[in-house]
Amino acid sequence: MPKVTVDGQEIEVPDGATVLQACEQAGKEIPRFCYHERLSIAGNCRMCLVEVKPGPPKPQASCALPASEGQEIRTDSQMVKTAREGVMEFLLINHPLDCPICDQGGECDLQDQAVAYGRGGSRYDMNKRAVTEKYMGPLIKTVMTRCIHCTRCVRFSEEIAGVDEIGALYRGEDMQITTYLEQAAEHELSANVIDLCPVGALTSRPYAFEARPWELKKTLSIDVSDAVGANITLHSKGREVMRAVPRINDDVNEEWLSDKGRYMVDGLTKRRLDKVFLRKKGGLKPSTWEEAFKEIAKAKPGKAIAAIAGDMVDCETMFAAKALLKACGSSLLEGRQTGMDYDVSNLAAVNFNSTFAGIEAADAILIVGSHIRWEAPLVNVRIRKAVKRGAKVYILGPGWEPTYPATFLGEDLSVLSKLPKELVDVFKGAERPAVILGGAGLAKGALGATLAAADKLGVVKGDWNGFNALHFSAARMGGLMLGYAQKGGMADIVKAKPKVVLSLGADEMDFKPFADALKVYIGHHGDKGAHAADIVLPAASFAEKDGTYVNTEGRVQFAEKAVFAPGDAREDWTILRAMADALGVSVGFDSFAELQAGMIADVPALGEEGLADLGKLPKADGKAKAEGAISAYPIKDFYLTNPIARASAVMQQCSAELLHGDELAEAAE
Amino acid sequence: MADRHLAPDTPELRERWGSFEFSPEHKAKADKHIAKYPDGRQKSAVMALLDLAQRQVGEETDTQGWLPLPVMEYVAQYLDMPVIRVVEVATFYFMYNLVPVGKYHVQVCGTTPCMLRGSDDIITACKSRGMVKGGVSEDGLWTLTEVECMGNCATAPMVQINDDNYEDLTPERLDAVLDALAKGDTPKAGTQEPGRHTSEPSGGPTTLKEMVSENHDYRGEW
Repeated sequence: MPKVTVDGQEIEVPDGATVLQACEQAGKEIPRFCYHERLSIAGNCRMCLVEVKPGPPKPQASCALPASEGQEIRTDSQMVKTAREGVMEFLLINHPLDCPICDQGGECDLQDQAVAYGRGGSRYDMNKRAVTEKYMGPLIKTVMTRCIHCTRCVRFSEEIAGVDEIGALYRGEDMQITTYLEQAAEHELSANVIDLCPVGALTSRPYAFEARPWELKKTLSIDVSDAVGANITLHSKGREVMRAVPRINDDVNEEWLSDKGRYMVDGLTKRRLDKVFLRKKGGLKPSTWEEAFKEIAKAKPGKAIAAIAGDMVDCETMFAAKALLKACGSSLLEGRQTGMDYDVSNLAAVNFNSTFAGIEAADAILIVGSHIRWEAPLVNVRIRKAVKRGAKVYILGPGWEPTYPATFLGEDLSVLSKLPKELVDVFKGAERPAVILGGAGLAKGALGATLAAADKLGVVKGDWNGFNALHFSAARMGGLMLGYAQKGGMADIVKAKPKVVLSLGADEMDFKPFADALKVYIGHHGDKGAHAADIVLPAASFAEKDGTYVNTEGRVQFAEKAVFAPGDAREDWTILRAMADALGVSVGFDSFAELQAGMIADVPALGEEGLADLGKLPKADGKAKAEGAISAYPIKDFYLTNPIARASAVMQQCSAELLHGDELAEAAE
Repeated sequence: MADRHLAPDTPELRERWGSFEFSPEHKAKADKHIAKYPDGRQKSAVMALLDLAQRQVGEETDTQGWLPLPVMEYVAQYLDMPVIRVVEVATFYFMYNLVPVGKYHVQVCGTTPCMLRGSDDIITACKSRGMVKGGVSEDGLWTLTEVECMGNCATAPMVQINDDNYEDLTPERLDAVLDALAKGDTPKAGTQEPGRHTSEPSGGPTTLKEMVSENHDYRGEW
């Protein structure tokens, strides 16, 4: 622990800290462009110059200089001030003065730091460099003349995303950042380079010229596009969500966000259900709330009412429906729309127990039936980190392209009961072995066999619980905690022959077996669910209501309401409350606060933000066997997994261009 | 600075170079370069392999050689590394040609010492022979490039033609060298000044004169 003096203030810094980190610890602001906490150190922008003694009598780049015992660091001397002014003047030589038409304006590092650390004007009166724009795909807009060559984007794609596609060509003043042959950046985290870019060289293409940062209202929310529960901020203007940007949470998403979570928000204004619809003579006709509720009451469901939760609903909505069904005397709740029927008697067995931050420390990982890059891109980033630290990864299931070296074990699930010797040896020598069971594995009924295999591989050791189930529906863990699971899955609901089926934004379920029932869709998008429904009740999306979400590691998180739902749409719980009146039952809440209190009384874990304690893993059944082969993963198209994304023009374009681009090109020829 | 750019990715380029592979002898050399580095660090050999590839392209086209995109892709695949990393290297160093060049790539040094010793005349002489900067002359023999210092300031002005340097040039001496090359001869590389061997002082030594013919012990004289 070296002791250093920063501007006369003596502090102790951790071993291995840099001078820049020491200065930050002392509360000094060090301007920087290329340095980023989560990327390797490049040291090429020179903005972080400070004066360090002992050392040569010249300013030093603090980001790349290790702090050592007895250093005297000055960040406030004349030398430092002059050095910063000099560096800034050089950076601005080739940077265009187009801030008024630049989308980064108002949230630009260069703009801010030029004001804070630059000199008043430029002494440069020659021509500036101009660089042609580079195509980087439908999400990233480039204005490369603005680039200051910090190489953050290059380092991000190489180190974090694991997809080497952005590079710096040529040299010196001619250096240009580009992708190979200007191909689109093709991975699920590509848009994070927009946040990383300290200037306006890489900006958001869908958000181009839409709004200025200071006119946006910021609301803390949770990403519902997958079960990672990435922490986001929704930026809204008026009644529209303009964009979603990640916020830092080291336990969940660090500071990244998947492209889907970031860019599906334009779908919030498209294909919205903003009126009540009733099916009359085979077609859905606009109607009124009174008429719809009268129709539901007319069905006289009694006990025969079921609720199916969709992938993006919040816990409050699910609890409100549960309370309604309970009041009716029914418990026909299910959230696993596609018919999965894994055992949920012990929730620890279907939880990501090692936590996302914990999986980074794993040294042997077996992935059973999960296309992690698509099911949870941010977990894939963590696994990549683990592999960089030396972890070995084995994947059971059809091939996909991991961003790290991994061994594929084939598609046959019987491998689980006779694991290859190489894998067993690696796990035997591992300190923190982990198993990740994904959606395809769960669907094939491999939970028992995976638990047995995990038990054999010894993934639970002391504090370490390496058994992980990876869901990809934001509502899944919350639903399971609230009891949205029947023993036989959807088949049990079908067997119970309900007279009324409430679909809470459930679009992936099969409506055909419920041909005789009154199908009520309570959701926000005119998607598959609404097409099949008899009554459509317009509700609020995740951005339009307060709600609690539980991510796949059992982390309870709260999202706030950013905007109002369009037209006649109402928050889901109010619809269910009104429906209770129509059915003549009492659900025991009249306000959102009462609803939440009821929910927390029912499932206390939902009342506390943070990891829920789901108990210990069940004893593995050594005889459990899984059979058959995983022929495909449940996600067919990464960009179009939910109704909001399907409605989003940006996601449709991504899907067409990035996933089906080859087919398009052929059609054009 | 030279105006460098990658040759456009056209169907013709793909057709001509898409099936590029190292010839057996180049392959042997490439593997030798790779073997210099520890296992898993084969990427370190990228510069050597790009040079070999450029030479092979040169042999196939009877020029100094250059690096078409499919050839860079082949090198990337050979070394199991992302192609963008290979292109980064190839675009960074001036010794890799990114567009086709002539049989003889005449690189004239135009930095201060050479400029003071008459490199402008050298460039004029080159141009009067039909060479064009950055392009291939009509007979397909010459490509002219003006480059920065190549470290031969003691024998300025100089040009580098493919793998050899020609120093102490005057327009006449340059003409002699180029004529010989055009005829297919191999002119003597290095200084073109009669009586001079390498970069020793012009007109005989000015210091350590006693050392010219024999070993001399200066210590007693200090």
